[in-house]
Amino acid sequence: MSNAVSALQGVSSAGFATVTEAGLRGMITLRGDHNAASLRQAVTDIVGVDMPEVRRCTRAGERAAAWMSPDELLIMVPYADAPDVVARLSAALEGMHGLAVNMSDARAVFMVEGTAEGSAREVLAKLAPVDMSRAAFTQGMFRRTRLAQAAVAFGAVGDDAFELICFRSEAQYVFDLLSMSAKSGSQVGVF
Amino acid sequence: MLILECPYCGIHAEETELHAGGQAHIKRETVGADDAAFEAYLFTRANPRGVHLERWRHVNGCGKWFHAARSTTTLEVFGTYPAQTLTPPDDIRAAITAKHPDWSFEGWQGAT
Ligand SMILES: [Zn+2]
Repeated sequence: MSNAVSALQGVSSAGFATVTEAGLRGMITLRGDHNAASLRQAVTDIVGVDMPEVRRCTRAGERAAAWMSPDELLIMVPYADAPDVVARLSAALEGMHGLAVNMSDARAVFMVEGTAEGSAREVLAKLAPVDMSRAAFTQGMFRRTRLAQAAVAFGAVGDDAFELICFRSEAQYVFDLLSMSAKSGSQVGVF
Repeated sequence: MLILECPYCGIHAEETELHAGGQAHIKRETVGADDAAFEAYLFTRANPRGVHLERWRHVNGCGKWFHAARSTTTLEVFGTYPAQTLTPPDDIRAAITAKHPDWSFEGWQGAT
């Protein structure tokens, strides 16, 4: 058994917001008809979270389901649980046009959290074409966008805390972007 | 800056989240088509000054293709609609003709 490591092995940086690589995370791409009863039931029974509405992420402990597109969900579970969850999801989808694939090692996860010095919303607002105001981007929301030149997805896990997912191959670039955006002294102070 | 609402995820996506896909509603010619029809399918595109129907992809987003009706001169957006349709829906046509009473889908299709 190989010793799995995350892309940047838990690296972190501290500016007016903190940026931390979250380490290993089980991530499963689940594709299929979101209205199909078997898929919805698989999400609630096997993953253990509610089926997410459009552009939202539902969470229960370390498990989550995020809306990625009209026919795709991102399922998050503890890293070690992913193979078993994939097997159970695949069994549940049998007979329907669907797919469950373990993508854990293809992605990297970062946490961006604000401090007394400045807001995590500002770190993302500088980099993505997204309205990051408290009124527009509320807790539980999740969306895909771009961060400078990298495709990413992020969701609000708290009032000023965000979880961000990118391709593993772009992890260093994304970490550098976030760290630079969060550099102390560079706050604009709009949030 | 062009902003289009993705009909799948509802995001008002700014241009840099999108990828332009050229003219919409092109009929695909295939086996059995004569040379002129196949050439027109491959190379001939409408280039109107004014109302245009285009394909766009929400590439840095949900990844889906959709259609947009907009003016190439004013950048006014009349609306967006899903890709799974061969002709623009009635509400899109109504939004266009409210501003451009002489416009018709058939006329637009004939434009070169
Ligand atoms: Zn979209």
